[in-house]
Amino acid sequence: MIWLGIDTANMPLSVAIVKDGAILAEVNSSMAVNHSLRAMPAIEELFATVKLQPKEIDAIAVSEGPGSYTGVRIGVTIAKTLAWTLKKPLYGVSSLKVLAVNAPYFNGLICPIVDARRNNVYAGVYEFVNGGVTAIAEDGHFAIDDLLNTLSEKKRPVLFVGKDVAMYEEVIKERLQDDAHFAPFPLQLPRASSLIFIAQQSGQEENTHAFTPEYRRIAEAEANWLMQQRKEKASE
Amino acid sequence: MTKDIYILGIETSCDETAASVIKNGHEIVSNIVASQIKSQQRFGGVVPEIASRHHVEQITLVIEEALAVANLAPEDLDAVAVTEGPGLVGALLIGINAAKAFAFANGLPIIGVHHIAGHIYANQLMQPMEFPLLALIVSGGHTELVLMEKHGSFKLIGETRDDAAGEAYDKVARVLGLPYPGGPHIDKLALESDEAVDFPRAWLEPDSYDFSFSGLKSAVINYKHNLEQKGGEVNPAHVAAGFQQSVVEVLTEKTLKAAKEYNVKQVIAAGGVAANKGLRSSLDAAFEKEGIPFYVPPISLCTDNAAMIAAAGTAMYVDGKRGTMEMNGRPGMELASWSE
Repeated sequence: MIWLGIDTANMPLSVAIVKDGAILAEVNSSMAVNHSLRAMPAIEELFATVKLQPKEIDAIAVSEGPGSYTGVRIGVTIAKTLAWTLKKPLYGVSSLKVLAVNAPYFNGLICPIVDARRNNVYAGVYEFVNGGVTAIAEDGHFAIDDLLNTLSEKKRPVLFVGKDVAMYEEVIKERLQDDAHFAPFPLQLPRASSLIFIAQQSGQEENTHAFTPEYRRIAEAEANWLMQQRKEKASE
Repeated sequence: MTKDIYILGIETSCDETAASVIKNGHEIVSNIVASQIKSQQRFGGVVPEIASRHHVEQITLVIEEALAVANLAPEDLDAVAVTEGPGLVGALLIGINAAKAFAFANGLPIIGVHHIAGHIYANQLMQPMEFPLLALIVSGGHTELVLMEKHGSFKLIGETRDDAAGEAYDKVARVLGLPYPGGPHIDKLALESDEAVDFPRAWLEPDSYDFSFSGLKSAVINYKHNLEQKGGEVNPAHVAAGFQQSVVEVLTEKTLKAAKEYNVKQVIAAGGVAANKGLRSSLDAAFEKEGIPFYVPPISLCTDNAAMIAAAGTAMYVDGKRGTMEMNGRPGMELASWSE
């Protein structure tokens, strides 16, 4: 069984081809370059490296977000187009869970973080149980202060994962003290092979046409519109 | 006998998700458009983030339908043409990345098309283009006069210095309290009105083919403001008629003058505002009088669609133009000749 994995949810890019539970090739990078310039060339290069034709893959796994709206959409668009035209099953995986599996065997909570600007983050809370990483809270969009409040109430060691963690390192240390742990740099980037691993372990096949990113945040214009609707209803 | 050329076109530059298959550059085999207008109406205009979200929902469905209606498989195609720019960057990226993934999966070449070249080539779907040709492009984002000496050669001879014509329509419609998109509402009101408010015409310098619509928009706002201060009430139909007359007269006169100066064989109009009935009949009458052939595509080919992208893409394909997997969205892309 041959899998293609694609992660463009945030600044890092990762694409991988895994065959029968082994990585054939993986391309990882983390540069401030538009994914539209890099994602398809990286996929093209990957197929050339492993000497496979696109139609020879059996399944596709993609990072469904949360993350950069445009970034997630590029990966999701590529993945759903490939899955549809090649008639292969498509699996969407949380961009945060992909980071969490970078830190197995940690005895405590695993908290992957992606910056969402203005002291907000996308984050999840995971735990390593029975050889796999399990979400113990739903991924979401949080003010960093609220997230740290929730975590400090748990009174357990927390391992923070993700390249954006560095932006909040000071406040995390201040709030969680000795319970704060930070993954070393080789574990900070999402890896498409991990994405495939998660999809194989616990993935649900998506409806390809209907598949969309998990934004974890309503668009600003839509939020304003809904608020306006509620106000109008209340004043009726 | 030469082989037929089938090109898949994809367009997502604004709020329409569209795909189409064109045979030999001029025959529409399928033309699918999924409009977001119902969703975007809530906001009184196109919200880029919402547009991008809808494109992701629709893109594979629209391409699948274009192939199904054409009764063709990917291997029957010769290339994929996609709008590279200008437009909303997040929206463009959906079409571009779907096009790249589709082209890669099926071993097809990819061609990046300029949105305005597409609007011009919409005419190729109706009748063969004859050169020199003058194109008046009028839409929500563009007001341009383009001279073409041959296929793939574009010379900009005039453009708006401020608002695009369609933008002015939308803004004036908002002032008059008309729903989005405003153009068709103003057009309808103007055609029904027996009276018109006298608004200024922006002719600019005598030898200029440039346009300006922001002064006209301000004149409409001032007129309404002054009238309301005096306790009067604006008649939207009279304002719509006056505004439309000013826009149509300037567009018609400048296009006519340019057509005569450059001695063109054909004049075409393209873009969303080319669907405007007042503008179409004015241009029709002016060019009939001069004896210069004037064409405007049916309304479905004036508004954004992928058939026009595939039509322009076919002309580029025939000229050997090819894009790469590095294609990016180009929101401010200039209309450049691909054939010198």
